[in-house]
Amino acid sequence: MTVTEPKAAPEFVDNDQKPVGHGRMLRKEDPRFVRGLGKYVDDIQLPGMLHLAILRSPLAHARIVSIDTSAAEAHPKVKAVVTGAALAEQNLAWMPTLSNDVQAVLATDKVRFQGQEVAFVVAEDRYSARDALELIDVEYDPLEPVIDVRQALADEAPVIRDDLEGKADNHCFDWETGDAVATEAVFESADVVVSEDIVYPRVHPAPMETCGCVADFERVDGKLTLWCTSQAPHAHRTVYALVAGLPEHKIRIIAPDIGGGFGNKVPIYPGYVCSIVASLVTGKPVKWMEDRTENLVSTGFARDYVMRGEIAANKDGKILAIRTNVLADHGAFNGTAAPVKYPAGFFGVFTGSYDLDAAYCKMTAVYTNKAPGGVAYACSFRITEAVYLVERIVDCLAHELEMDPAELRLRNLLRPEQFPYETKTGWVYDSGDYEPAMRKAMDMAGYDELRQEQADKRSRGELMGIGVSFFTEAVGAGPRKDMDILGLGMADGCELRVHPTGKAVVRLSVKTQGQGHETTYAQIVAEEIGIPPADIEVVHGDTDNTPFGLGTYGSRSTPVSGAAAALVARKVRDKAKIIASGMLEVSVADLEWVKGSFQVRGDPTSAVTIQDIAMRAHGAGDLPDGIEGALEAQICYNPENLTYPFGAYICVVDVDPGTGQVKVRRFVAVDDCGTRINPMIIEGQVHGGLTDGVGMALMEIVAFDSDGNCLGGSLMDYLIPTALEVPDWETGHTVTPSPHHPIGAKGVGESATVGSPPAIVNAVVDALKPFGVRHADMPLTPSRVWDAMQGRPTPPI
Amino acid sequence: MQVTLTVNGEEVTADIEARLLLVHFLRDHLGLTGTHWGCDTSNCGTCVVWLDGEPVKSCTVLTAMAGGHEVRTVEDLEQGGELDPVQQGFMQCHGLQCGFCTPGMMMTARALLDRNPSPTEDDIREAISGQICRCTGYSTIIRSVQWAAAQDGDRDSTVAAGSTS
Repeated sequence: MTVTEPKAAPEFVDNDQKPVGHGRMLRKEDPRFVRGLGKYVDDIQLPGMLHLAILRSPLAHARIVSIDTSAAEAHPKVKAVVTGAALAEQNLAWMPTLSNDVQAVLATDKVRFQGQEVAFVVAEDRYSARDALELIDVEYDPLEPVIDVRQALADEAPVIRDDLEGKADNHCFDWETGDAVATEAVFESADVVVSEDIVYPRVHPAPMETCGCVADFERVDGKLTLWCTSQAPHAHRTVYALVAGLPEHKIRIIAPDIGGGFGNKVPIYPGYVCSIVASLVTGKPVKWMEDRTENLVSTGFARDYVMRGEIAANKDGKILAIRTNVLADHGAFNGTAAPVKYPAGFFGVFTGSYDLDAAYCKMTAVYTNKAPGGVAYACSFRITEAVYLVERIVDCLAHELEMDPAELRLRNLLRPEQFPYETKTGWVYDSGDYEPAMRKAMDMAGYDELRQEQADKRSRGELMGIGVSFFTEAVGAGPRKDMDILGLGMADGCELRVHPTGKAVVRLSVKTQGQGHETTYAQIVAEEIGIPPADIEVVHGDTDNTPFGLGTYGSRSTPVSGAAAALVARKVRDKAKIIASGMLEVSVADLEWVKGSFQVRGDPTSAVTIQDIAMRAHGAGDLPDGIEGALEAQICYNPENLTYPFGAYICVVDVDPGTGQVKVRRFVAVDDCGTRINPMIIEGQVHGGLTDGVGMALMEIVAFDSDGNCLGGSLMDYLIPTALEVPDWETGHTVTPSPHHPIGAKGVGESATVGSPPAIVNAVVDALKPFGVRHADMPLTPSRVWDAMQGRPTPPI
Repeated sequence: MQVTLTVNGEEVTADIEARLLLVHFLRDHLGLTGTHWGCDTSNCGTCVVWLDGEPVKSCTVLTAMAGGHEVRTVEDLEQGGELDPVQQGFMQCHGLQCGFCTPGMMMTARALLDRNPSPTEDDIREAISGQICRCTGYSTIIRSVQWAAAQDGDRDSTVAAGSTS
């Protein structure tokens, strides 16, 4: 195979290529993927493997009167049929969620959302398993469902969670942050106060590969192997050990290639538990793969926040305070995957990129008869909602002040000398230099020319909009003292072994779902230790062969595990230096590191390479006193703070005045994620997130009718952008390294998903300015845009 | 029922259920797992293969319908140990991330380039518009196809030059 640089489009070839280490490098995982040789869960075939299918509730809220499984059990290819009652006998009918709530594995008393798991069948093949589902007869006694989140706490609302002792309403939790009194004082004395009701509707990550697993319980040695679509295999293993009573050393979770995650593959789903039970019951390996409808109706949704945003400012546009009140729909079980102390995730960063005098948020979360979830879809633990709120309300302020939205932001952005900056809600932004990013985006877009073009078009009755957003993210959870999930501290391990011949293997606790870890981590280690990336094997996604850690979500891999990889390599390098001093018969202090070798200071001819040192470390000769053989190390990295990437986005849309159809004509994204390890991969991450933004802003919604029927249960109903809905992305960057990360890197996987929806909505609202529109909720479908043009913008829920 | 079809140039005969979808026949019966299963409703395109040279969504083709016809999957793109320019292009231009939509995208891209060796950006967007990628945002897929088109052009001109000399 020939490997040459791309011929076309030279703008995407970075100039910072280096032979070893950081820089544009083609991905090590691609040769198998382009041959169709990726190994995903559904590709796994084991001898004697059975197939599991799940019977799901057609109703959103109903009492289960009876379940008759006799006809299904009589099916010649069926091996087992299991109901909630059977699981209850083993104390397995309920499982903990990642938010310390409980969720039914299979419903026992009643069903609480459409699509909830009611029974499962194990059969010889996947078609027979589905056939047998049709033979199960369930009698339901329908109950009134709670669908409208605004009515969930009404006195007459039926109680969904009567499984919880003493539960008499649908209240899930309250949460607040900031200073209510100080904020009220600022609002009272401000020149201008703007408030707006802003809805971030329920959406779904919908990775191209649905969720699934293969469970294989070996009866003799008592070991369970679970191949699973998991973004967090170590955390999953511990939860299974705690819940199912299996000893942790007898559980091996393998996350093979994963076809996209976006947060959808963080939770533990009932299907995984059912598969484990099925393997225990049948003594055979059991495969379960969701179909698309199951994925959309039952697995982790995202957002579903009904927000009131308020902003206070001086009449010259100085923003003084932001206040918000949020009603959060958590569905039937609180399945949010967020650190324990952060039930609303990191929504507390709703103060955005601005220097405020005060801020306050009050949130109430409720149960409804909808699927559980909440933190997913590249949201960085709810920063999507926070950034959308602040960037939308800032635009509402610009509207009221009749001020250009870019100019308003430039007047209020934090200045570089203010970092580290503690926000009014207690977040310490580690670093930032915001104005250059904003200026760069405006230059790339040709902002002034765009405004002139818009003015010309408006005079002709054409609807063109320009939307701006500026976001700050908080990614890379822990530190562990502040952040844990079910008591597991958010830190990550890394192990590096250099083999005698100077090749190496690095083992990670995190798990790629397409982000390119096999390449990036080889580069991180290569940069530190001078071994070419091609000579470094990256092992991940296998709990028996990697150190413990919390996994990949919330853009935490590079900030946490990437730091671990750099530090473990430095630890190995430190040892190599001592061995080199013995080889060269000089003191350690006389050695200097020139990437890939240690040499005697001032004498480049006296040098040993890392490969020479590796052989020495494993050889028969003497090593310096106190030095063990081998060249390897392991660490667990506990970050001292989150990293705070940021970016400036500008979107240009054209709206068809006759239909309300929105066309995203251009999108300029300037991102700053600190030190850039592989610019090609970073650009790819940004592109994907921008496309998510188009989806959420214009197309995607999981809606429900008043009976609780999910209206987004297939890809015919849940619309995802294709190549026809998105423009050719224009990306740029600035570099502001994180001061506390060993290589200065910040996370970037979710930046664009966080930052792009407000830019697009701001652009559409800007296009509709001639109609007096100040706000319209997502998704801005043609009919919803048309309604806004007619003066009746309505919330989507 | 018994069905005989050609898959990647080899004749295959199998006893199957009449309802068996082609995607499951390829994956579960023949072990050709490069073709993926993503939605059941012909929306996502991860299951695209060629049927008599035309890209089709194999989740909505019955295996029986492929009887007597020729099926080509992603596993057949590499010929004689050399990757197809489309495969090379996807690697060169970061046209894939998780890799799940990639086989289907590449099969469509190859079919496009066979009919239209110099597609415009709009041509490529149109060609892949029945398929979804959740990772890349499509720009790099388009560059990948353009890269392959340029590579095809080089190869064709080399062949042409060789034949006239």
